[in-house]
Amino acid sequence: MLTAVLFWLFGVSAVVFGFLVFRLDSMARVTFALLASFVFVACEVLLLGLSYLGVVIVLMMVMEMVIMAVFMIMYMMNPAGLMPMAMYHNKPGAMSVSLGTFAVLATGTFLVDWPESRGSRPSDTTKSLGESLMGPQMLTMMVLGLVLFATIVATVVLATNRGRYDRFGDDLRARPDDPVPGGVRR
Amino acid sequence: MNLELFLLLGSSLLAIGLYGALSQQSVVMLMMGLELMFNGLVVAAAAFWYYVAPVAEGQVLIVVLMVVMAVEMAVGFAVVTAIFRARDVDMTDMAADLRE
Amino acid sequence: MTEGTGWAVLVLPLALTAFALLALAADAVVEVRVAHARRSVAAAAADPWREVARLLVGQRRTTVAADGVLWRSGVVTVPLAALLAALVLPLGGFAAADPGVGIVWFNAMEILGWAALWTAGWGPNSPLSLIGGYRFVAQGMCYELPHMFALITAATGAGTLRVGGIVDAQAELWFVVWMPVGFVVYLISAAAMAFWGPFDAPLGRDLSGGVVAELSGVDRLVLLTGRWLLVVVAAGMAVPLFLGGGRGPLLPAWLWTLVKTALVLTFLLWSRRRFPTVRMERFTEVSWLVLLPLTILQALIVALVVLV
Repeated sequence: MLTAVLFWLFGVSAVVFGFLVFRLDSMARVTFALLASFVFVACEVLLLGLSYLGVVIVLMMVMEMVIMAVFMIMYMMNPAGLMPMAMYHNKPGAMSVSLGTFAVLATGTFLVDWPESRGSRPSDTTKSLGESLMGPQMLTMMVLGLVLFATIVATVVLATNRGRYDRFGDDLRARPDDPVPGGVRR
Repeated sequence: MNLELFLLLGSSLLAIGLYGALSQQSVVMLMMGLELMFNGLVVAAAAFWYYVAPVAEGQVLIVVLMVVMAVEMAVGFAVVTAIFRARDVDMTDMAADLRE
Repeated sequence: MTEGTGWAVLVLPLALTAFALLALAADAVVEVRVAHARRSVAAAAADPWREVARLLVGQRRTTVAADGVLWRSGVVTVPLAALLAALVLPLGGFAAADPGVGIVWFNAMEILGWAALWTAGWGPNSPLSLIGGYRFVAQGMCYELPHMFALITAATGAGTLRVGGIVDAQAELWFVVWMPVGFVVYLISAAAMAFWGPFDAPLGRDLSGGVVAELSGVDRLVLLTGRWLLVVVAAGMAVPLFLGGGRGPLLPAWLWTLVKTALVLTFLLWSRRRFPTVRMERFTEVSWLVLLPLTILQALIVALVVLV
């Protein structure tokens, strides 16, 4: 009974905040509405007994959304929503595509004859995840690590505007010409 | 509380995200739509793990989804930063070179 | 480890606030001693109470075009994050909750502080507050990774993410003995997490208060209380992670926990007076080029010891 109430509470909240993401004017509020949606989904995941993944979703999404807020404020016109403006294209088309997708998915949900649960749920889900990642799914974990590493390199290359020669000039052994000095005093 | 309800929740989050990703002009808002779609996928994956196949691979799927979200956001912001530096735009319509 | 029931959740905020108030009074006394002011210790110890009363009756300031929703929710989230993180804090053999993912829970809840401080800085529509909020985000990017590695090191040494399990694993040897780097980095990041001591740039005097510049009355009281709670919780968590929990001779476990927490807290209070505020760009380089490699090395050594 309690879990059912919680399911509806979290689920409706997640959808409402997800909807608010595209309704609010202030970019800061938009970001934190998305964060709220993620947190409610994390609560659903916790409700399903995946404690580690639920808590990690909260952990990751708070960090991610705070960084996202910084970028939203940086790039969006009208970041505080003080002058409401619409930045949409092809709104009816987008609405019909998304409603169509939802209709197809919802129909499928009720039409498909879902199989019965196979096997029993582990008592310690965190342990089973860890053993899987460090055992049979080791390759997945390694690929994820490589992907993340490649992402770090690629994003830094894309986002930086001061390369080696901008910092050092002709002589790479000289002291770099940085606008702010760091703390290690090289 | 059953599988269908969770899938409905996932589908509605995915549909809202899809609407945002298709209708928003700003690249940053488009990325919020994508994140919301992944959010729906996380719910669906967790529900499938619980109701259909409670094996560790189901949890690994959620880990993969979270990595995809992180990568999507990092690369997205890097691209926005690069394109903003190059042309002073942050709207998808102004970066539609391939269409023209 | 015994887990608490409903009443533990009610008692926890009161106990933490009481502890924080004691520390606050002690700090006020030290303040008077340091300044060589001609005031009695009793009068100095009453200072915090006077300040609390003043803030309680004080009027709340509003600003033009403020984002009230985000502002207030940010302010409230600071103490909330501290209390949620404190749920896994053991007192002797007792904790309000001891989930299997206790360490991750603690980490996730204190990260709520990022969102809290940024929104509290964004809300009042004031540049000084906003700069304070941005400073905390920059600070978060620096302290968080070494902090996570320090937590992971303790968890690796114990072979569990459960806080109670980590305490049990220190029966023979406290983790601080063979994970000194993890402990030191934890203390640094604890101060940074509570925007405390040398890491108080988000509330810096050069910003006339930064995040709290526009806060007055109850709002200010809530955020500053939250900050004290955060520093108490961060100090308290060092005890089960590295200082053997409630272990010690003669005294009962809960008393040892309190004594150790008080010692760590004293160190944090001392470091706030001892060191000047660290500037973000300097701390960034130190944290990424010195602290992070050191903590990774420490985690590697611990992992090797556990495996062999």
